[in-house]
Amino acid sequence: MTDHPILEVDNLCTTFSRGGTDLPAVRDVSFALGKGQVQGLVGESGSGKSVTLRSILGLARHYGEVRGSVRWQGQELTTMSERQLRKIRGREIAMIFQEPMTSLNPLLTVGTQLTETLKAHTDLGRRARRDRAIEMLDHVGIPAAASRLGEYPHQFSGGMRQRVMIAIALAASPKLLLADEPTTALDVTIQAQILDLILKLADEMSMGVVLVTHDLGVVAQTCDTVSVMYAGRVVEQGAVRQVLQTPRHPYTEGLMRSVPQDVPPRTQLYSVPGTPPSLFSLPEGCAFAPRCQAAGSACQTARPALQDIAPGRQTACFHPLPATQDNAA
Amino acid sequence: MSNAVVTSAKSSDAPLSRVQLALRKPGFLIGAVIIGFSTLLALFPSFFAHYDPNFIDYLAVRQPPSWAHPFGTDMLGRDALSRVIHAYTVNMQMAILATVFALTIGVTVGALVGYYRGVADMVFGRVVDAIITFPFLVLVIAVVAVLGPGLINMYIAITLVGWVYYARLMRAEVIAQMGNDYASAGIVMGYSDRRIIFRHLLPNAITPVIVYWMTDMALAILLGSSLGYLGLGAQPPQAEWGVLIAEGRNFITTAWWLSLMPGIAIVITGLGFSLIGDGLADLLRPRG
Repeated sequence: MTDHPILEVDNLCTTFSRGGTDLPAVRDVSFALGKGQVQGLVGESGSGKSVTLRSILGLARHYGEVRGSVRWQGQELTTMSERQLRKIRGREIAMIFQEPMTSLNPLLTVGTQLTETLKAHTDLGRRARRDRAIEMLDHVGIPAAASRLGEYPHQFSGGMRQRVMIAIALAASPKLLLADEPTTALDVTIQAQILDLILKLADEMSMGVVLVTHDLGVVAQTCDTVSVMYAGRVVEQGAVRQVLQTPRHPYTEGLMRSVPQDVPPRTQLYSVPGTPPSLFSLPEGCAFAPRCQAAGSACQTARPALQDIAPGRQTACFHPLPATQDNAA
Repeated sequence: MSNAVVTSAKSSDAPLSRVQLALRKPGFLIGAVIIGFSTLLALFPSFFAHYDPNFIDYLAVRQPPSWAHPFGTDMLGRDALSRVIHAYTVNMQMAILATVFALTIGVTVGALVGYYRGVADMVFGRVVDAIITFPFLVLVIAVVAVLGPGLINMYIAITLVGWVYYARLMRAEVIAQMGNDYASAGIVMGYSDRRIIFRHLLPNAITPVIVYWMTDMALAILLGSSLGYLGLGAQPPQAEWGVLIAEGRNFITTAWWLSLMPGIAIVITGLGFSLIGDGLADLLRPRG
């Protein structure tokens, strides 16, 4: 099905240094994305999922060190000059952010910000840009698009602002969308609308999506493949159905159990015991070992590598959960 | 959806209420009236002054205030009121010329080092430390001493020292603005650095600089007249408040009005700029 991956991330490592200490924000993250596919990155706060996303487009290298490889349609992005990257950013790969309140410039009208992208990436003339801007706003479901071009971001609600952000990001018809928790700041009904919108547009434009989220429900609804991240590393990845139905890594399992499913009212919800480790002082062995019920002595001293356990399915655990019959495939 | 309607309805009133708010602030209003009137005096001094500020009348030397000469006359018989009024031209010019170049340079440098950081930022930090170690006036006097006295050299000196304060403010504000996703979004959209800095970051970061600018104009007038008083700025016979105070200095016991009146002009004008600055700080603080 996936003929040739358009995006290949290989052993991506991003390190920030704070006051002389190295902070390993992302370690050895690898995944590949086929045309029109949706890849999820899930994990708790500080697990490195957003930094991974920011490393892809060269944002992270402004304030940290990025190693490893990110290949976009065969081109290496990590070593590319800012000048060359600028041609890819916005035109081939676009990105949307978590906070619709701050991701638009408060001082410029929505129309100006939309046409600005078109000016940077297309040869359209003034009128054509305006028409395209209206078309895009219309496309993302903003009513009376033409009359709202002259309005400022503060005149839009959070959900509408996120729609505008999507319109701006997709104006130049990119082939890949990096979405950094695009629905986290929105209320639940709007979340579903925005996700549907992203998926619909991705489908129409046969655009790949890398979706960062901490919400497994979102992953289940939207993604083809998923990488579960913990303390900067991928602990489990594979096809969404497999990973979510039969998690093999205890952390994934814990995440799954903490999603409330058909529970009677006033039942205490499950939460993974303990807190994620500080990146400044990661345990020597498996980073999850202190919170893991299956951890043995080996887990304290050595770090399990990410290994293939089935075709297209990897996990990093010495004591993976048993594969149930669902997992036979 | 109804949310969007409510937001837009509320915010369409906002610019209007902001003007109303300004009019309701007595401080801001008084400041605006003072500076407005000062500007008129500066632009059309001959309309308000009945005498030529440099007309010498040896028959009317050091006269006390009277109907004909409300501020009296100086040691050469020149009308003191006319000289104070004509001095508005120079002193208001100082408020502008001693600050706009510092503002322009400071804002540009501050925005650039704030955006790029790195080595340039470290060098900038050292330069700032070196300059702000000295009291402002001492450094300006040192530069004027090197360049020679006069208005132009005074402007150069004040600019050379003053840009640092703008740059420091701008740098901090740009760094704060870069924490907002629209800055990252600009990079990710593939915009050029110049576009991100000057079109997106700068307009969002400029507010505190504008407020400081108002205060700085008051300081510039104080500084300019101090230098005029010391003989390093405007040169006699030019009518300038500092020069006027210096000229009246020797007669402070017999003709105190000669020094007092330009002093009052300095205080009032300085107060006007400060009131506007305070008012602007209040008005611009809440983001729309």
